Amino acid sequence: MSFEIPDDCQYLESHEWARTENDTIRIGISDFAQDELGDVVFVELPNEGDAVEQDSEFGVVESIKAVSDIYAPVSGTVTAINEELFDVPELLNEDPYGDGWMIEVEFDDENELDALLSPDAYREQIE
Amino acid sequence: MALRQPPVDHATKTTDFGGWEMPVEFDSIRKEHRAVREGVGKFDVSHMGEVTVSGPDAKELMQRLVTNDVASLGSGGAQYGAVTDSEGTILDDTVLYNRPDEDGFLFIPNAGHGAQMTERWETHRKEWDLDATVTNRTEAYAMFAVQGPDSPALLGDKSNIALEQLSPFEVAAGTVGGQEAYIARTGYTGEAGFEVLCEWDDAQHVWDTLDCQPCGLGARDTLRLEQGFLLSGEDFDPDDNPRTPYEAGIGFAVDLDTEFVGRDELVGKTNPDETFTGIVLDERGVPRAGYDITTTDGESIGTVTSGTMSPTLDQPIALGYIPAEYASEERTVQVRIRGEPKKAHTRDPPFLS
Repeated sequence: MSFEIPDDCQYLESHEWARTENDTIRIGISDFAQDELGDVVFVELPNEGDAVEQDSEFGVVESIKAVSDIYAPVSGTVTAINEELFDVPELLNEDPYGDGWMIEVEFDDENELDALLSPDAYREQIE
Repeated sequence: MALRQPPVDHATKTTDFGGWEMPVEFDSIRKEHRAVREGVGKFDVSHMGEVTVSGPDAKELMQRLVTNDVASLGSGGAQYGAVTDSEGTILDDTVLYNRPDEDGFLFIPNAGHGAQMTERWETHRKEWDLDATVTNRTEAYAMFAVQGPDSPALLGDKSNIALEQLSPFEVAAGTVGGQEAYIARTGYTGEAGFEVLCEWDDAQHVWDTLDCQPCGLGARDTLRLEQGFLLSGEDFDPDDNPRTPYEAGIGFAVDLDTEFVGRDELVGKTNPDETFTGIVLDERGVPRAGYDITTTDGESIGTVTSGTMSPTLDQPIALGYIPAEYASEERTVQVRIRGEPKKAHTRDPPFLS
């Protein structure tokens, strides 16, 4: 089975992706992660304005069979959340890098991005 | 210890269940669940135990170790019952068959319990000096469940047994895909359906013959939860969650007019302080095993023993034990999820009706 790993994202070992646009990043879970979890039925997200910390959990994704904490790739302030996930959590399964995005964060320190995995490094991890 | 392998090569995601490496899902739990509710699906449940009991005293041995009225069961009959210890605590729940093609019984302990139940039967056989032969055939028989409204048509085409003449809780001997098999009209989903037992070596052929949606343990769990059926090891466990059949809501499978181990203790326990109840969450979230059930004031009154998001209802549902006075119709309670109280209400399972 092969999983989608877009080149314009960086990754965490815990299967979150981060896509940088200027000084904010958009965060979600990888194709591999959604496949492992199976049918997603519930998503818990922080509020706009909340602070998140690199490698600390900021949310929860529940599938029928499992609960999974979701970790922040960088520290910063939440500037947007994908409220559609509250009503349509299956977007995480259907389009994990697109409509299934979770939050946007204005990051504190650009250097933190250096700690993230490249697409190739992430591919190596899951294969 | 290496996990035991089922008789069929499934090539999908698996999990350790009772010491067996069993498939969790083939496509998605939702899709598999829907197939069983609306069409037909098949499950490899070869992790379930099979124990045969034969000989002149087979019936007496069975009767004295199972809570239900085994002696009333004619050839080709099947019955649900519990196996209790001398305190009346459930050790296992089981379906037993009075074999249609030969004298004696076949019963189905839960996954990982085959050896333990065989030993229990053998120990008591000796103690009571009964003339019976007890054999653990867990790895001699494969077992598949074929469940759903379209299951009679699908299985009927592949078998020489007249399925329309098979009533619920009856078992017949015949063939499936040309191989010898038992077909029982039993299941764990609440739908029309059958369980098929065949020789281990014929399992791959029989599985492939049953041409329908393969389903894993994930869908098996959501399907049985919607019906409020007990899961051994979760909804009762002799060590971690000891329960009598009356607490667990299976008093219908206890016949106090028969003699069985645990019967004398159970006579005084028919109205338990705590009972097994269904809970429906009225807020978003997924109730899971171990979560606290509280009053609306936050006072803990019980624990969720299993729960899920019901794919049919699209509502979070749970099972658990609470004081009998709260288990009556539609009492408002709370389930504490990661520290947060969520509004919920009790209701008698099944959740589908």
